[in-house]
Amino acid sequence: MTAPDARTATDRTVAAVWRMESARITGALTRLVHDFGTAEELAQDALLAALEQWPVTGVPDRPGAWLMATARNRAVDLIRRERRYSDRLAELGRRLDTEPPPQPEDLVLDAEPIEDDVLRLVFTACHPVLSAEARAALTLRVVGGLRTEEIARAFLTAETTVAQRIVRAKKTLARAAVGYEVPEGPELAGRLASVLEVLYLIFNEGYAATAGDDWMRPALCEEAMRLGRVLAGLMPAEAEVHGLVALMELQASRTPARTGPDGAAVLLPDQDRSRWDRMLIHRGFTALERARTADPPGPYTLQAEIAACHARAATAEATDWVRIAALYAALAQRAPSPVVELNRAVAVSMAFGPAAGLDLADRLAALPALREYHLLPVVRGDLLARLGRHPEAAAEFGRAAAMTRNTREREVLLGRAEAERARG
Amino acid sequence: MRFMMLVKATDDSEAGVLPTREMLEEMNRYNEELIKAGVLLAADGLQSSSHGFRVTYDGRGGSTVTDGPFTETKELLAGYWLIDVSSREEALEWARKVPFGAGETLEVRRVFDPTDFPEATAEMVEAEQAWRDANQRPIGG
Repeated sequence: MTAPDARTATDRTVAAVWRMESARITGALTRLVHDFGTAEELAQDALLAALEQWPVTGVPDRPGAWLMATARNRAVDLIRRERRYSDRLAELGRRLDTEPPPQPEDLVLDAEPIEDDVLRLVFTACHPVLSAEARAALTLRVVGGLRTEEIARAFLTAETTVAQRIVRAKKTLARAAVGYEVPEGPELAGRLASVLEVLYLIFNEGYAATAGDDWMRPALCEEAMRLGRVLAGLMPAEAEVHGLVALMELQASRTPARTGPDGAAVLLPDQDRSRWDRMLIHRGFTALERARTADPPGPYTLQAEIAACHARAATAEATDWVRIAALYAALAQRAPSPVVELNRAVAVSMAFGPAAGLDLADRLAALPALREYHLLPVVRGDLLARLGRHPEAAAEFGRAAAMTRNTREREVLLGRAEAERARG
Repeated sequence: MRFMMLVKATDDSEAGVLPTREMLEEMNRYNEELIKAGVLLAADGLQSSSHGFRVTYDGRGGSTVTDGPFTETKELLAGYWLIDVSSREEALEWARKVPFGAGETLEVRRVFDPTDFPEATAEMVEAEQAWRDANQRPIGG
C-alpha cells in the first residue's frame, strides 16, 4: 500500500500515538469486556474514529486519553446493548446465563489502565495454543500497535494472509477459553518461554533482512527490542527476559557493519568493528549483568554471553574462542539442537584447532536432522581445508553447493570447491 | 531512530532552584512511562551554568576558558532525554507529553547514526569509538 511519506501528517500522528497507546488501551478494554477479540475490535474502532476525526478537529491535547475515552465509551455502549438484550431474554424467561451481566457504571470507574493490563495482553497474544506465526502477528498488532499491512510487509506475506491469521488466532483464543491473566507458579516458565520465543522470532525476521529489503523488515528488530524492554520493565525479576534483551541488543549492535558499501553481506570475522553501535553494546552488557542472577543461566542468557564475547573482542583475532566453546557446550546441554552442536564444532576448531572441531562435525554428519542442512558440509569443508585434506574439502564444498538454494552462495561454494581441487 | 530532547534552561534552573516535590513526582511518572514503553535510552539533568565553563579555540592549538555563569539563559541547556522511537511523529508525541510548566521549552533533535558519516575514515570512526568506550557509561550501570 502507501509508503510512509505518502500518508498525511495527521495519519502519521495517529499511527505514532497508536503505537504508544494501543497496548494499554486494548489491555484495559479486555479487562472491561472479558473478551480479547471484542476488545481488539473496539480498540480498532477507536483508532478509526481518530483517523476520521483528527484531520477535521486537529490532534487533541491528550491524544492517548482521547483514544482511551473513545474506546471505553464504545465498550460501555456494547455492554449496555448486551445487557438490554439479556434483560429481554430474561423477561421472556429464556435466560440461560446465570451470571449477572457486568454493570457499565462500575466499569467506567475501573477503566483507567492498570500496570498488569499490558503484561496480561502479552501473555494472551503469545499463548501457546497459537502457532508461532500467529503469536508474532497478534503481538505486533495488539501490543506493538502495527497495522496489518505493515506486519504483512515485514513478514513478506500477503495482507489477507496476515488478516486471516489474526482472525483465526482470536477465534482460537476464544474457543480455548484462554484466561486473561498473567500465569503464576509452575505455569509461568513455559508461558514466558512462549513469549520470549515470539519476540526473538520477530527480531530474527528483521535481522535476516538485507539492504535491499523493505524498510519495514529492519524495523522489526527495533520493535522486538522495544517489546523486550517493555517486558523487562514489567517483569524485572525474570532473568531470561534480560537475557533476551541483551542478546537482541548485542546482535543489533552489529547491524551498521553487516552490509558493505555495495550492499553485500559482511560476515562477522570481516566486519569493521568500529561501526558497531557502542550504545547498544553498553546496553546489552547492562542487561546481561541483570540476566546473570539466574543459575544455571537460561538459553537466551547463554547466547547473549556468546554475543558479548564477540562484542568484547576489539579484533576478530582477539575473540575468546575457548570461552565461546564452553558457552556452546553449556547451551547444547540446556537447549540441545544439531545447529547449536555445529556452532560448537566451529568454536572448538577456533579454540583448539581444526582436528578437534572436525571430530565434533563428523559426529553430526550421521544425524538425519542435518541431512539437508548445507552449512554442515560448508563447516566440514572448511575444517578439512585447514587440515590440508584438499580433495575431501573440495567434495564437501561441492555437496554444499548442490544443497543451497541461494544462487550467489552456490557460486561462492563452487569457487571454493574448484580452489580446493587445484590445491589437492 | 534516536532523538535527543533538549531541555532549555530557565531563570529558575539557572538560579539553582530545585524542582518541587510535585514536579519531581510528575517527572518520575513521565520517565516511568518512557521506560515502560521501552523507548528511553538515557536521561540526565544538568546543573546551572555557574558550575560550568566554556572553552573557545583559536584554531592554532590554543584556547581560552571562560567560567560560568552565562547570561543568555535561552541558549543554555538544563537536561536531556535520549529516546529511540519509530518515527518523527512519535518523538513529537513524547515531547508533547513532557510535564513542563508555562514558559519551559524543549528542543528535539534527531541523532546521527554511525552510518550517516560516509566521509569519515575508518581511523576517525575508531578513534571516536575509543573515546566513547572510555567515557560513556551504560544507562543505570
